[in-house]
Amino acid sequence: MAPRPASRPSRSLAALAVLIVGLAVWAFFPGTDHTVRLGLDLQGGTQVILIPHPVTAGKDITEEQLQQTVTILRQRVDSIGVAEAEVTTQGSGAGAAIVVSVPGASPDRLVDLVQRTALLDFRPVYAVLAPTASVAKGQKAGTKPVQAASPDAAFEKAVLALDCTNPTAYSGGTPDDPTMWLGTCAKAGGGKYVLQPAFIKGTNVTSANAQLPTNGVGWVVSLGFDSEGAKSLANASTTLSALPDCSIGGQSPCNAFAIVLDGIVSSAPRFNEPIIGGTAQIEGNFTAEQANDLANVLKYGALPVTLKAVDITSVSPTVGSDQLYAGIVAGLLGLALVMIYLFFYYRILGIVAIFSLVIAAGITYLTFVVLSKTIGLTLTLAGVAGAIVAIGITADSFIVYFERIRDEIRDGRSLRQACDSGWVRARRTLLAADFISLLAAVVLYILSVGSVRGFAFVLGLTTVIDVAVAFLFTYPVAVLIGRRKWMQGGSRWTGLDADRMSRPAGVTETLASRRRRAASQTTEEVSS
Amino acid sequence: MSRLSGLGHRLYSGQSSVNIVGRRRTWYVVSGVILVVAIGSLLFRGLNLGIEFRGGGDFTIPNATCSIEQARAVAETKTGSQAIVTVSGQGTVRVQTEALSTTESSQLAKELSSTCGVGVDTIKIQVVGPTWGSEISKKALQGLIVFVILVALFMSIYFEWRMAVAGLIALAHDLIITIGLYSLFGLEVTPATVIGILTILGYSLYDTVVVFDKVKENTRNITGQSVLTYGEAANLALNQTLLRSINTSIVALLPVLAIVFVGAGLLGAGTLLDLAVALAIGMAAGAYSSIFVATPFLVQLKEKQPQMIALATRVRSRRANSAKNSAGAEGEPGADAGSVTTLVDSGPRQQPKRVPRSKRSKK
Repeated sequence: MAPRPASRPSRSLAALAVLIVGLAVWAFFPGTDHTVRLGLDLQGGTQVILIPHPVTAGKDITEEQLQQTVTILRQRVDSIGVAEAEVTTQGSGAGAAIVVSVPGASPDRLVDLVQRTALLDFRPVYAVLAPTASVAKGQKAGTKPVQAASPDAAFEKAVLALDCTNPTAYSGGTPDDPTMWLGTCAKAGGGKYVLQPAFIKGTNVTSANAQLPTNGVGWVVSLGFDSEGAKSLANASTTLSALPDCSIGGQSPCNAFAIVLDGIVSSAPRFNEPIIGGTAQIEGNFTAEQANDLANVLKYGALPVTLKAVDITSVSPTVGSDQLYAGIVAGLLGLALVMIYLFFYYRILGIVAIFSLVIAAGITYLTFVVLSKTIGLTLTLAGVAGAIVAIGITADSFIVYFERIRDEIRDGRSLRQACDSGWVRARRTLLAADFISLLAAVVLYILSVGSVRGFAFVLGLTTVIDVAVAFLFTYPVAVLIGRRKWMQGGSRWTGLDADRMSRPAGVTETLASRRRRAASQTTEEVSS
Repeated sequence: MSRLSGLGHRLYSGQSSVNIVGRRRTWYVVSGVILVVAIGSLLFRGLNLGIEFRGGGDFTIPNATCSIEQARAVAETKTGSQAIVTVSGQGTVRVQTEALSTTESSQLAKELSSTCGVGVDTIKIQVVGPTWGSEISKKALQGLIVFVILVALFMSIYFEWRMAVAGLIALAHDLIITIGLYSLFGLEVTPATVIGILTILGYSLYDTVVVFDKVKENTRNITGQSVLTYGEAANLALNQTLLRSINTSIVALLPVLAIVFVGAGLLGAGTLLDLAVALAIGMAAGAYSSIFVATPFLVQLKEKQPQMIALATRVRSRRANSAKNSAGAEGEPGADAGSVTTLVDSGPRQQPKRVPRSKRSKK
């Protein structure tokens, strides 16, 4: 038999009290948030799940790129000025997903914002054309930017057919391949460009700021490049600045370069001179707003990956609160049903179990509040479901223990002993079984995305709380009650009355109990 | 209730015993039939995948005043393709369409709101690319594999490899049955369903671990005696944990059923309901398999061990002797190899009697 545990019930209860009070103080500390943060499915809002894809196929996405993307997206989402917008990553590497959650934003606006602007590159301008389409007979006007490996006849024809007065043609959204030629429109349909393969990628831009030069006329955007970018810039600017100025229908190639964002020309400044130092200025009689916009495009437009929105969910605040209400009702109903069952089955021990459940629920709530403000945990509908499911698993710990107590009594132990020796056995079972539960939760949490994660987190959390409550509350209280005379009397309210527990006579049970009873009968008379 | 408790006592002491291990053929046949139906349905009917797996738009319109036909007409003119319209809960109309852009989706939501007489912001909109569901499933499958490997390791260390094998077979049993039932009844598979199924992983094994822990306890030093075979000891353990298993299953199912009722009554289809249905099926299968599949299968594995075969032989000859001694009054107890009830106590034990440790040092 395992050694008797040192049972110091009051010490465990004191530890539990400290834990609860500590959590409560932390949760309700004045001047901080006291509420559980709700997910968008419970408070209303829009959530977009984006899967990043590498810009060049076949390459892996690094953790750094992922973080960079999140930072850029966060700045963009913040720019629309909604409170509590959230951008998080889930998973890593090839299977990573980015989740953008914005309370209250309309879905099309948000999706537009996070998904559309994606890829930035700098391309030398080959030719500038009139925005209108010039189509041959029987040919349809093009509505999409054209790409080709080399400027062949087919490419030329397609570019000519491109209709840059059609909004579909200049709304962008399709990242271009920087290694190919590109025939595309300027932003807002201002012109049509034939562009050579990119010489600088957006990722080479290290800084971009709108500035008002001390002696200048208008705003400018100053740019900083990394070493690779600076080298490419020096080469390109040396070649390009020697060429004639660009104009519609003018000479080609010409001396401008285009800042291309998602296949659409944002701006096409010309090189005045070779730029050697790795910093450049774009001048163009900008207003403050235009300069800022361009700087932002350069800074935040440079996503290192392309994003694809795979799931867009929009929940209105009314639907959200309905779902929360339903979740709470289901949780309380489930809790009440379990409590009623436990009470009728285990009577006084059942009351211990009911209090254990209440304490577990209380600790869970406090932990939610604390985690809401520390790690930004948000409670989603799936999380609510996890908590409800956990009621059953938590209650099971008590059932395992109580059934053990009964078994021990049947084996001829006094209630007092049974509460202790039953615990030693139940504890082992409980730890093994809860370990499995926790393992499932952790594996799910690490390897999953979206709502599965919220569910797994809550399930894991409640498993840990379940173990804590069983160790610090259920067991010590059962021991304390087991020491009471009225409990040992075997009234039917104890849940351990003679009717349920009547001593066996002359029938083989477990090997251990057989041995134990044979021994105990010699030392004390067992009353049944 | 007290009758049930009395049953608990009789089960524990062996007065009442359900011969679960001995009748394992029966359970195998029962499980086998269900599994064949489940797998057959999966192969021939397939799964009813939700829009998260197919890609498309999903509009949930609460308190709608429009008819199904009206809503469908609006959706089909707008998208130019077929739309599925269902009514659930209290007049909640759900419109599912083929894939559409976000601009199209907000336009459709506007049109639906005017047709169905509700505010546009009460409509829940979800637009999903076709890859999202497979992304979730891929992750779920990865999770499943990692989990199974870790659990196999844990159970091999904590128990033994035979228990790990038996536990995982019970797990596979539960998963196949749950997914099979989804296919059979054509229930929609959503990411919430996947969550539910993944939860069954933990739950099914949790249940099995509790039962196996008792089996382990009952069969400790089993080769040192000749009263019970491994199968009998395991069967006794099953009987002793039977009430716990029943209680646990009831207690675990109560909250899940609460979700099903509240979900169906208040919300109509949604995350909570999808999750709860998967859980209800999986938990029921998990409770069944931990008793009727995992343990009998474990016994089968264990009884192939030489020392267990030797034990069974010893037990049989001992019973033959005691039957001879009692002049056949008890019939042929040894013949009924799987049963504990007919086992006769063969008098006081011929060993020195010891005071139990708990009594030895009274303070």
